[in-house]
Amino acid sequence: MESNINSAEDLKRIRKIMEESSRFLSLSGLSGVFAGSFAIAGALVAYFLILNNGNIHYDEYFRSLSVKETVTLRWQLVSDALAVLILSGISAFFFSLRKAKREGKKFWTPVSKRLFINLLIPLATGGLFILILLFQNHVQLIVPGLLIFYGLALVNAGKFTFGEIFYLGLLEITTGLISSLLPSFGIWFWIFGFGILHIVYGIVMYRKYER
Amino acid sequence: MKDIISNINKVFESRVRLGIMSVLMVNDSYDFNSLKEALDVTDGNLASHLKALEERGLIIVNKQFIGRKPNTSYSVTDLGAKSFQQHLKALENLLRAN
Repeated sequence: MESNINSAEDLKRIRKIMEESSRFLSLSGLSGVFAGSFAIAGALVAYFLILNNGNIHYDEYFRSLSVKETVTLRWQLVSDALAVLILSGISAFFFSLRKAKREGKKFWTPVSKRLFINLLIPLATGGLFILILLFQNHVQLIVPGLLIFYGLALVNAGKFTFGEIFYLGLLEITTGLISSLLPSFGIWFWIFGFGILHIVYGIVMYRKYER
Repeated sequence: MKDIISNINKVFESRVRLGIMSVLMVNDSYDFNSLKEALDVTDGNLASHLKALEERGLIIVNKQFIGRKPNTSYSVTDLGAKSFQQHLKALENLLRAN
């Protein structure tokens, strides 16, 4: 009888160690909510401040201008997007660190390093590719490209954290592909893919694992 | 019943060794310090169990330098993976049999 209890306990412990040592589980749903909010704020800034209340219809208008004339506009949009990325990154780190600390877990482990690298490879590739698109005047492909590469990064990272990240990645890729068919609605797909999906995902994860 | 017991591997009858094998089964390799943190054991305790597993050919040790710091990491061997899987199966069967 005693060996029975022991083997049940052993199996439970083995499963726990296997999961904890191969997946980074300190990712917090709150960072999803924040990333989504930053993305929506960034879209509003782009729409109202940079694109002059939507009067600059960025894809068609851009393409009719020479590269030189739109350089300032491009850099403003790039800085806006970078600000969203950096703020989202900082909030992801902040909430994950907090969650790890609260649960008495290490933040910097072989798994979190692997997660980071696997996320970063498609993300950096996408980032560079999109900068090239921007300066080659393929403006209509920028939002689809961002969503698709970000989705691929999440799919890739899904093996090293919550499995839900994998499905969020698939949704981002789908959103990106659809948005490439509807080039004039880039800003709306940005709001949906980076804003709404993140917020919904964040709330779901928070309620499921952190309450 | 006799079959079940024969697959229970005496080598794994230790919490630390079960822990080491669990980590190494799901990771290509794991370094000493991270292993220590994951299992929450002391240096000496971990080292002696690692040694025991290594001597039986269940894990291999990779020693390398990262910059100037020595770094020791561990991986399971094919034999180790097979033995551990058998052991897990035996544990499960034992649970079911009772």
